Amino acid sequence: MKKLFVIAVGIFAAVLIVLSLDSNPLFPAFGTFDIATRISSDYFKNLEEANISNVVTAIVVGYRSFDTLGEITVLFISAIGVGLLVNTHGKSKRMDLEFTPNFMLRVGSRIIFVLMVILSVYIILHGHLTPGGGFQGGAIISSGLLLLYLADDSFRSNLKRFKLVESFAGIGLIFAGILGLVLQGAFYANILPLGSFGMLLSGGIIPVLYVLIGLKVGSEIAGMVDHFLTEEVVK
Amino acid sequence: MIQITALILFMIGLVGLFTERHVIKMIVSLNILEIGLNIFIITIGYKASGIAPIVSSVNDNALVYVDPLPQALVLTSIVIGVGTTALALAFAKMIYAKHHTFDLTELEGKL
Repeated sequence: MKKLFVIAVGIFAAVLIVLSLDSNPLFPAFGTFDIATRISSDYFKNLEEANISNVVTAIVVGYRSFDTLGEITVLFISAIGVGLLVNTHGKSKRMDLEFTPNFMLRVGSRIIFVLMVILSVYIILHGHLTPGGGFQGGAIISSGLLLLYLADDSFRSNLKRFKLVESFAGIGLIFAGILGLVLQGAFYANILPLGSFGMLLSGGIIPVLYVLIGLKVGSEIAGMVDHFLTEEVVK
Repeated sequence: MIQITALILFMIGLVGLFTERHVIKMIVSLNILEIGLNIFIITIGYKASGIAPIVSSVNDNALVYVDPLPQALVLTSIVIGVGTTALALAFAKMIYAKHHTFDLTELEGKL
């Protein structure tokens, strides 16, 4: 009864949203908007400012890099929350698998892990030229670690090293911002030469920031995976 | 059409969030809601026969690009979604470790 009521309310709200957006002159129909009326056209016009080809990266790490710092802080706080909630006092061990992995599975998963690390390094380094970037590459690294956890029953990652990488990447991000503030008068202002358009060394500080973001996000999500897959030793 | 699909996904997530009493199912509903919302925001920036906002030469005004701003905002939204999902799953793990149940109705009886 309660379920039916909630479903009816949901359908009613959906119909209301469709009707109100359909008759709204400020909301153009699907695929027919004019980019000159939006703020995004300025990003295309002033492309020499950031001097990188991927405009999404120019927005995320260039124009809105202070927002991205806040976004990373949210991820950091949630990683701290996971660490506090599933905290294992004293000795901990990794979770047991329900099967014994054979030789082929263990060796094969390691080969795939190496390929995933290579792919993520490519995605992070080319974040300003092709689709991808620090967040995507970091997610690929941590899913490779999850693969090792699920395919090998004796694998255990070194959490302290991840924490070290995460801390240094975070300090580097703040330091890059303050360096821009001191040298150029604005937080996260560009302090490096812009380079030539479309090359790997272009965009000034943006690729450096994306590498730091990739390291931080990758080690943070890997730490979360480690926290979820360990449990306290019952005495 | 795809905007209607995104809206349907959003409503499925919302209904699941209000009717389910199982913690894991609630987290799955939250994720479906997020996916629907993200698809909707992406569709706002879609332009018919537009290409991805990756410019290969600065002085080419003939090409039509899709709007990059919704994509950048959805990138932020996805990362925040990962954070909230991880925190919610940590809560679920702690609830199960303490009370050996995922069901909120059963949990009310035990408290």
